[in-house]
Amino acid sequence: MSLSNRHLLGLHGVPKEDIQLILETARTFREVLERPIKKVPTLQGKTIVNLFYENSTRTRISFELAQKRLSADTINFSTSTSSAKKGETFKDTVRNIEAMKVDMIVVRHQSAGVPQYLTRISKANIINAGDGIHEHPTQGLLDMYSIREKFGRLEGLKVCIVGDVAHSRVALSNIFGLKTMGAEVSVCGPATMIPLGIETLGVKVYHRIDEAMAKNEVLNVLRIQLERDAGKRIPSLREYHKFFGITSERIEKHNREIVILHPGPINRGVELSSEVADGPYQVILDQVTNGVAVRMAVLYLLGTMH
Amino acid sequence: MKIILKQVRLINPEQKLDEKNDLLIEDGTIKKVGGLTETDFKSSQVLELENKICSPGFFDMHVHLREPGREDEETVETGSNAAAAGGFTGVACLPNTNPDIDSAEVVRFIKEKSKDHLVDVFPIAAASLGRKGEALSPMYELFEAGAVAFSDDGTVIKNAGMLRNALEYSRNFGTPIIEHCEDESLSDGAMNEGYTSTLLGLAGIPNVAEDIIVMRDIMMVEFIGGKIHIAHISSKNSVELVRQAKKKGIKVTAEATPHHFTLTDESVKTYDTNYKMNPPLRTQEDVDAIRLGLKDGTIDCIASDHAPHAIEEKEMEFIFAPNGILGLETSVGLAITELVQKKILSFALLVEKYAINPRKILNIPVPQIKVGEKANLSIIDPSMIWTVDVSKFKSKSKNSPFDQRLLTGKSIAVINNNKMFYEDKFVTI
Repeated sequence: MSLSNRHLLGLHGVPKEDIQLILETARTFREVLERPIKKVPTLQGKTIVNLFYENSTRTRISFELAQKRLSADTINFSTSTSSAKKGETFKDTVRNIEAMKVDMIVVRHQSAGVPQYLTRISKANIINAGDGIHEHPTQGLLDMYSIREKFGRLEGLKVCIVGDVAHSRVALSNIFGLKTMGAEVSVCGPATMIPLGIETLGVKVYHRIDEAMAKNEVLNVLRIQLERDAGKRIPSLREYHKFFGITSERIEKHNREIVILHPGPINRGVELSSEVADGPYQVILDQVTNGVAVRMAVLYLLGTMH
Repeated sequence: MKIILKQVRLINPEQKLDEKNDLLIEDGTIKKVGGLTETDFKSSQVLELENKICSPGFFDMHVHLREPGREDEETVETGSNAAAAGGFTGVACLPNTNPDIDSAEVVRFIKEKSKDHLVDVFPIAAASLGRKGEALSPMYELFEAGAVAFSDDGTVIKNAGMLRNALEYSRNFGTPIIEHCEDESLSDGAMNEGYTSTLLGLAGIPNVAEDIIVMRDIMMVEFIGGKIHIAHISSKNSVELVRQAKKKGIKVTAEATPHHFTLTDESVKTYDTNYKMNPPLRTQEDVDAIRLGLKDGTIDCIASDHAPHAIEEKEMEFIFAPNGILGLETSVGLAITELVQKKILSFALLVEKYAINPRKILNIPVPQIKVGEKANLSIIDPSMIWTVDVSKFKSKSKNSPFDQRLLTGKSIAVINNNKMFYEDKFVTI
């Protein structure tokens, strides 16, 4: 079995079989992570570059760890200034890195479309680690893995993505992936945070969190990203928390199990209360562990394709 | 030198002219229309033009020539060459150069640079100093030096008070204010806002960012007079606003670009920055509205918004890449393919959009096809099928999304200022 595409640019258009294969493979690697020796020789001799044009701690560490667990050689290239400001064009930077004979590039960038662009200028396998407000496919996959781990299935599950959907790359990857796997996906947030045309993707829209909580089994709660000007779209964090924050009172009111996911880092007291963030309903730290396994699966499947 | 345009279809709706005839040009002047003798034929270079069209020279009223300031992207000369190759004998160039065209010196500099060329270049000067929207540019002086209109293009005239002053002041000499309609508080994005921008994860620029300014400008002209010309109209509602304003007799005109009547925002799907422009490519509904606007006369002319950019600047991450594409060398082919072939415009209407209306808007005399008149002509092969090849462009830049596109209809020659561009060469006639 192998994937149908030699890059992972997003979950839009990725067939069900591919997602299933990644999730199944991740399960094997998840077991490896529980062993005393957590390393396998699968990608020995492969060189992977982590090309991070935007600040990231957890995604980069998760990828790096996944690469090391697979015995690949890893190089990190991190810069928070755009190539435009630096004087060297992005294309030149990539060509230089490519000239050093790398096999795979994991890329994060402020601009949507950079992974697609990379496939045109590089021969390496490209993995999108987040492009602007477009997609973050490995996050979508690890969210699906974590949900499936909890419920044993994705088909027919009701999942609601809560928060600044319009400025989130996690939201789109979740929507595309979960829809493909047969889940019912909805979004919830103030209208300033819901993008135009989202219904066309087959997604229901809620503007009241209690309504969303009454109708869904899973809430994937997004971080309110002040660094992405979220402040312009809501009057205050206090007001956001009051009307959209997930608190234990809200969960208890519904008197049913609701699983809470969060891609991290959490703004405690904003999108989640501390009680919920540490409480019995969340799977946030499982997501982090699963993230390594899912990334191992993606790297392995792409890195061993012929 | 004598040139005969043999059996060409002469079209000029201004003169109610649409006939097949022979045309004799001597020393750059039209000497005979029909009635040519055997001696004429023997002593002239004869262009066999059966099934070709000859009209007053085409005029592109929205061109960025980049000189002074970015001569690496385009110069007055290379831009004029591109215009000639594309079928134009005149262009108006926008003021967002470096320095801006906001002083008589820069107007004269551009006029001087273009004086020996086949293509006439008419500078459009800034409406406000430095296009900052704070103080009026020296409009009288600019007008005297040769500016034909005023615009802060590249950006909108910042506030309604400034617009009022510019409109009132320009009434003194009857020139239009050309407006780039964009409410910048709404337009912090990289493509059209809608389903496709959501799918692609790119921040959007909604139609309403354009509509609000079109509305503001129309209301201001209704109140204070003057003339407004809407540059590169792209939104369905804006077309309707102009249509209604014209019905009320308000002095508003509008232009549309070939890319806005040809492409939709779905083209952005590959993240190719050659599909990044401002205003952005809109939806099929908007494209249809623009086509209808061109057909019913709401939109007066076709202008390309020719915007050369250096490869290294255009080949950038999508959100960082500059806006704009080349237009001069694909404009006529796209208009014939998308509008004439699809029965939206007749050739007579095409000539109005390209040769007559832009000049009328800018108060430039329309060339006539008459004995004794200076020959200022475009000759088009309406059925030539050709493939766009940016590597053959006369423009110094290469940023066109239409590379390798198959088009029908192409300019084969232009004549103006005692010169002819024919078979890829300029010759003095």
